[in-house]
Amino acid sequence: MILEARDLERRYARRDVHALRGVSFDVEAGQRFGIVGESGSGKSTLVRLLAALDRPTAGTVAFQGRRIDDLPERKLGFLRSELQIVFQDPMGSLDPRMRVRDIIAEPLGHRDPARVAELLVAVGLPADAAGRYPHQFSGGQRQRISIARALAPKPSVLIADEPVSALDVSVRGQILDLLDDLVSQFSLTLVFVSHDLGVVRHVCDRVAVMRRGEIVELGDVEQVYDAPEHEYTRELLAAAPSLRAALARLSEGGGDA
Amino acid sequence: MRSLKIGGFLIGLVVLAALLSFVWTPFDPVKVDAAHRLLGFSGSHWFGTDKFGRDVLSQLMVGARTTLYVGVVAVGIAAVIGTPLGILAGMSPRWLGEFVMRVNDLVLAFPALLLAIMFGAVFGADTLTAMVAIGIATIPSFARIARSGTLQVMSTEFVLAARAGGRSRPTIAARHVLPNIAGLLIVQASVSFAIAVLAEAALSFLGFGTRPPTPSWGRMLQESQELLTVHPRLALVPGIAIAVAVLGFNLLGDGLRDRLDPRLAARV
Amino acid sequence: MTLSVEGLTVGSLVRDVSFEIGAGERVGLIGESGSGKSLTALSIMGLLPDELSASGSVSLHGRELLGAPERELARLRGAELSMVFQEPMTALNPAMRVGRQVTEPIRVHGRPRRTAEELLEAVGLPDTARAYPHQLSGGQRQRVVLAMAVVNNPSLLICDEPTTALDVTVQAQILSLIQTSLPAESALLFITHDLAVVASVCERVLVMLDGEVVEAGSTREVLTAPKHAYTRKLLEASDLEARR
Repeated sequence: MILEARDLERRYARRDVHALRGVSFDVEAGQRFGIVGESGSGKSTLVRLLAALDRPTAGTVAFQGRRIDDLPERKLGFLRSELQIVFQDPMGSLDPRMRVRDIIAEPLGHRDPARVAELLVAVGLPADAAGRYPHQFSGGQRQRISIARALAPKPSVLIADEPVSALDVSVRGQILDLLDDLVSQFSLTLVFVSHDLGVVRHVCDRVAVMRRGEIVELGDVEQVYDAPEHEYTRELLAAAPSLRAALARLSEGGGDA
Repeated sequence: MRSLKIGGFLIGLVVLAALLSFVWTPFDPVKVDAAHRLLGFSGSHWFGTDKFGRDVLSQLMVGARTTLYVGVVAVGIAAVIGTPLGILAGMSPRWLGEFVMRVNDLVLAFPALLLAIMFGAVFGADTLTAMVAIGIATIPSFARIARSGTLQVMSTEFVLAARAGGRSRPTIAARHVLPNIAGLLIVQASVSFAIAVLAEAALSFLGFGTRPPTPSWGRMLQESQELLTVHPRLALVPGIAIAVAVLGFNLLGDGLRDRLDPRLAARV
Repeated sequence: MTLSVEGLTVGSLVRDVSFEIGAGERVGLIGESGSGKSLTALSIMGLLPDELSASGSVSLHGRELLGAPERELARLRGAELSMVFQEPMTALNPAMRVGRQVTEPIRVHGRPRRTAEELLEAVGLPDTARAYPHQLSGGQRQRVVLAMAVVNNPSLLICDEPTTALDVTVQAQILSLIQTSLPAESALLFITHDLAVVASVCERVLVMLDGEVVEAGSTREVLTAPKHAYTRKLLEASDLEARR
């Protein structure tokens, strides 16, 4: 069990918001665990708690059996090199004033041109990208840089928080494939958070469906998608615009919207 | 980058005048010459003379020194103390940041000139005391800007990523916050410079700034008041000089800020 | 023809774009970032940023819009011609109550009075007239924006990715609301990158790439038998299920 969350709660006193109301689940090493939720579901809060970038109001988080929710920053060094995050916003997650090589090497704490070069190859970026600035790249390329940075310290867990939501449709597939390859290549555990059901289905083995701070359904992907038990899951599946269904309708003849 | 060039040029003029004044001025700026009072523009006195017969151009050149001195000292103090204060306030737990800002507001509310007068009374009134006082009074502006900029940067995802990458707070402050608020600070510096120059003028008039007979643009302005309708030249000349310096610093500030932003610099 | 666009060009960002929309037609404009789709919409509305200028012809009911004086365009916007943008969070004035905002287009264009309650109820927001925008969710705000856009029975409604920033369950509601709120004779230009959405809303579709229209036709034709390589690529990329 590489990650364990037990009865996680996160309340924001000032805004009287109950972002998480008791969330529990386990992630096994090597698993691809998906977390699906819309806005207000608490998934972003959960990501921060899993990465110990925030403290729960109640409950515990354990990494490889060791509790991380109650440790001060200076004792979290071990976690920082084992667990990394790829964020949603390709522009916001990279410091616009830093060159790519410094961005990628940041988690290492020192320059490492060799490792940076290695990582650029791994994510499919040209070697000369190292000396350039984020704004000189497209959204998809920036996500590659983000991924390279996350992989720099050779983590065992990768948390991807809506990594393709801000990208163009035609680029999403490439980035998802890249993640897929890298996760396999480096035997990583993947926690994939998204609001996009289709994407999560495509990438994950297990999925937790979140709504208003709670997990309403948890199970293997095929099962949850084909035979959802909770009403909300069914609602989500029904609402998701399905291209296949639309095409089928159109092909059946006469169906112009 | 036109702003940078024009701003640089204007400030260059001021600096040149100031430097030159150390080795040469057309006339002795402090020498009273009753026989040649209130002369207009002429070949020997380019900008004429004032009510004491002193050459205006020479005063202008020596006054340039005061202007630069004033700007640099006041803004320097404010930036060097205010910026780290603001950054710290922005990175601390909210209650602490708020507390620091309230103290900041107290200082901000205290009239700068009154502070300078108090300082003058205690430490002896001269340009330096006046500038230190004004510098201190300007700290709150820098602290505020620094804090608001810091808060914005701290809420970005790249800072979150840095924390996730194990970066300590001091490192984040130095490597992420400071470079990203530099633009804001530069613009604030150019605004504060203008204010400092004008504050010095007011103080000099009150007798708490540059003491006569040392020339200062601000004092030249104040001294020109009583003869304004008859000899507007005496106000125009230092007034335009101040405007040139202020404009120069503003443009320089804008140009520098744009230059430092890799996104904009790339388009040059 | 309600809208007639001919040879619309904006620098190198929109290149020689031509299409027509008839009364009551629902036309989709598909493209990704950089395709020029939003600029095309802004050109029609006369809302291009200052540095850009459009050439060619854009006419609404035969009346030329490009180059028309701002005063004339302002008379049309919010009445004959209206637009719903993508980002609901910044679309409304945070300092004005929603009820006042929703009736503003009526006041501005001197149309017959209708109450805020009536307009808001029509978009499924009863009892919200006294609320401020920050008290509403993204979906609710889009409903208000939509109410404002259709209140004066526009000849042409342009929607630029109106549901992209919304949750999936809310998207479906907003899409259906767009279809029910719009008078039958009004034309709809629906801009999106989501093929599934376009398939459910539009009869005809235009595909843009790098400023040009690379494919156009009925939704059925374009999505089931695409001719252009890019359209095929988009279809493939959108259909993740096929990749497994």
